[in-house]
Amino acid sequence: MSKLVQDKEAIIAAVQAPSIGHSARAYGERVRGGDMGALPAVIGLVVLCTVFAIARPSFLTAINFANLFTQGAAVTVIAMGLVFVLLLGEIDLSAGFASGVCAAVLAVTLTDLGQPWYVAVVAAILTGSVIGVVLGSLVAKVGIPSFVVTLAAFLAFQGVVLIMLDEGTNISIVDPVVVAIATKNMTPALGWALYAVSVVIYAAVQLTRARRRAARGLVADPFSLIAARVGSLAVIAGLAVYVLNLERSRNPLTISLTGVPIVVPVILALLVLWTFVLRRMPFGRHIYAVGGNAEAARRAGIDVDRIKIGAFVICSSMAAIGGIIAASRANSVDPNTGGSTVLLYAVGAAVIGGTSLFGGKGRVLDAVLGGAVVAVIENGMGLMQYGSSVKYLVTGSVLLLAAGVDALARRRAAAAGLR
Amino acid sequence: MTTPLLEVRGLDKSFGPVQVLHDVAFSAYAGEVTALVGDNGAGKSTLVKCVGGIHPVDAGRILFDGDDVQVSTPRDAGALGIEIVYQDLALCDNLDIVQNMFLGRERRSGLVLDEATMEEMAERTLSGLSVRSVKSIRQQVASLSGGQRQTVAIAKAVLWNSRVVILDEPTAALGVAQTAQVLELVRRLADQGLAVVLISHNMNDVFAVSDRIAALYLGRMAAQVRTADVTHAQVVELITSGRSGELGIAP
Ligand SMILES: Nc1ncnc2c1ncn2[C@@H]1O[C@H](COP(=O)(O)OP(=O)(O)OP(=O)(O)O)[C@@H](O)[C@H]1O
Ligand SMILES: [Mg+2]
Repeated sequence: MSKLVQDKEAIIAAVQAPSIGHSARAYGERVRGGDMGALPAVIGLVVLCTVFAIARPSFLTAINFANLFTQGAAVTVIAMGLVFVLLLGEIDLSAGFASGVCAAVLAVTLTDLGQPWYVAVVAAILTGSVIGVVLGSLVAKVGIPSFVVTLAAFLAFQGVVLIMLDEGTNISIVDPVVVAIATKNMTPALGWALYAVSVVIYAAVQLTRARRRAARGLVADPFSLIAARVGSLAVIAGLAVYVLNLERSRNPLTISLTGVPIVVPVILALLVLWTFVLRRMPFGRHIYAVGGNAEAARRAGIDVDRIKIGAFVICSSMAAIGGIIAASRANSVDPNTGGSTVLLYAVGAAVIGGTSLFGGKGRVLDAVLGGAVVAVIENGMGLMQYGSSVKYLVTGSVLLLAAGVDALARRRAAAAGLR
Repeated sequence: MTTPLLEVRGLDKSFGPVQVLHDVAFSAYAGEVTALVGDNGAGKSTLVKCVGGIHPVDAGRILFDGDDVQVSTPRDAGALGIEIVYQDLALCDNLDIVQNMFLGRERRSGLVLDEATMEEMAERTLSGLSVRSVKSIRQQVASLSGGQRQTVAIAKAVLWNSRVVILDEPTAALGVAQTAQVLELVRRLADQGLAVVLISHNMNDVFAVSDRIAALYLGRMAAQVRTADVTHAQVVELITSGRSGELGIAP
């Protein structure tokens, strides 16, 4: 009996008194154990930005900074959806062209059918959801490997886009609301208001959670850690809003160009929504469970098929939103919308950010960080006047590097007995 | 005689051309520990998985409290109050201890997970089992030792107000002290009125805690006896050759 008491005391002692130092040490242990999370993406981002800033001073201008967001938005949104499928250990190779199909639906609904923008947007997203149901059912119910199902869809969707666009014409998008999504900016005041609200809500959520847990005698994040988190968010986001609110027009007298691009709050909202679903809702928990050990999930009474189909629906619906953003940015939809590098960049973004290709590990935030890396490479290489050849080579290498880091981290975790 | 809480009658189970269980009958009584023994490959785990709704059965009936029941999914088994600790544990390495314990039956408040309540309940159950040196119950299961993982799997099964607890070789990876603790727990659960089924290869453990012994031999139920009525040697004979004197499968 005395041993029992001892054990309990040992547990309690280890559990109490967390501090910043404690958290930092725990993080260090995780990294050494092979769980690097977003660290490679953050380091990569810093290194890339430094290199480009030195090589091309124009990289650091406000106008280029704003361009980064609009350039990377579509790929980032598609990558956020892909995280759900990757978490299951599956893949969706058709996400790029699914976004193309949905963009075409948007264009046709706007022009040929003459519907208002909201009808077109809903139609595009619904198309994505239906695509997800079909892909997910083929994978979960029929049991075809997702690699094959989505490779087939990858080919078929190109055909669908061509049919919808009459074998290759392009449809221009003139609807002001749709065009605004990826090309217009918020007013500087609105940008600051959004900034203030976001920081306050973030701080409030963190503090209430910690207070509630502490009140029930559970381990809570120490105040210093929360302050550090909120503080760094406030500084980084504040800097970004400040720069984006600078005048970036070439001749400000004729036309003024300031403010946070509208895609930023769009991405932010999607990030919060899907992070909430993954971390706070049973559905998200079950996604991780199925990705970690599908048999254990099944034995726990989880409907594995339903979870898989759900993940594909989210992935394809997010691809649809990515397609809408791409159409908005290009002011048109053509047979190449969602084609060429879009899919590989999106998969690359998710993996570079720290989402594992083996399933069970990853966050929606990873896709955003990885999307930033991909956007910086694309943008910086463009500024350095390298052609597409070099861009492809570099992005391919970065993807391979990220997948390599993922695989090595896994082996390292296995060696440390963590898997 | 009382009706068994859990009863299996005439169970057949094949994997493709290989028939693993032949006309198996098995009973477990409330308030008693029933040991299920048999050589490697005798079909113990398969029998348990059939009861747990993991494997569909080819023929046979499952009775719960004397009534015929349909157990075709793990959810059905859970709804009846049947909890199983599987031999291969069935934990998700990428989830933490609390998340694993509540997997598939998460506490919610509204739409969201009620993490605080789950953590409290898990903490209480675990400290009752006294898991050594677990740094935090928010630790990933991947970072636990084999014995700690086993304890988590057991804690997961006793967390619920279950009526039948089946443990498939729960002490296989445990040290001396932990084994004693698990056996103590097995006894305690039975004393609380649950029907406990313990699968084990260790005859000392079987004789220490069980009230009844059921011996499987090559997929057939060789004998179901009261522990007090048999000796070590008889049970070993039942396991290895399917019969022992009057007991067992007729030659
Ligand atoms: N999923 C399966 N597919 C095919 N055959 C199986 C499957 N599961 C078990 N078997 C076979 O069924 C037989 C019984 O296996 P089972 O796991 O039930 O044995 P056991 O009594 O639990 O053995 P042990 O003591 O080694 O755990 C074995 O011959 C095994 O090969
Ligand atoms: Mg077994």
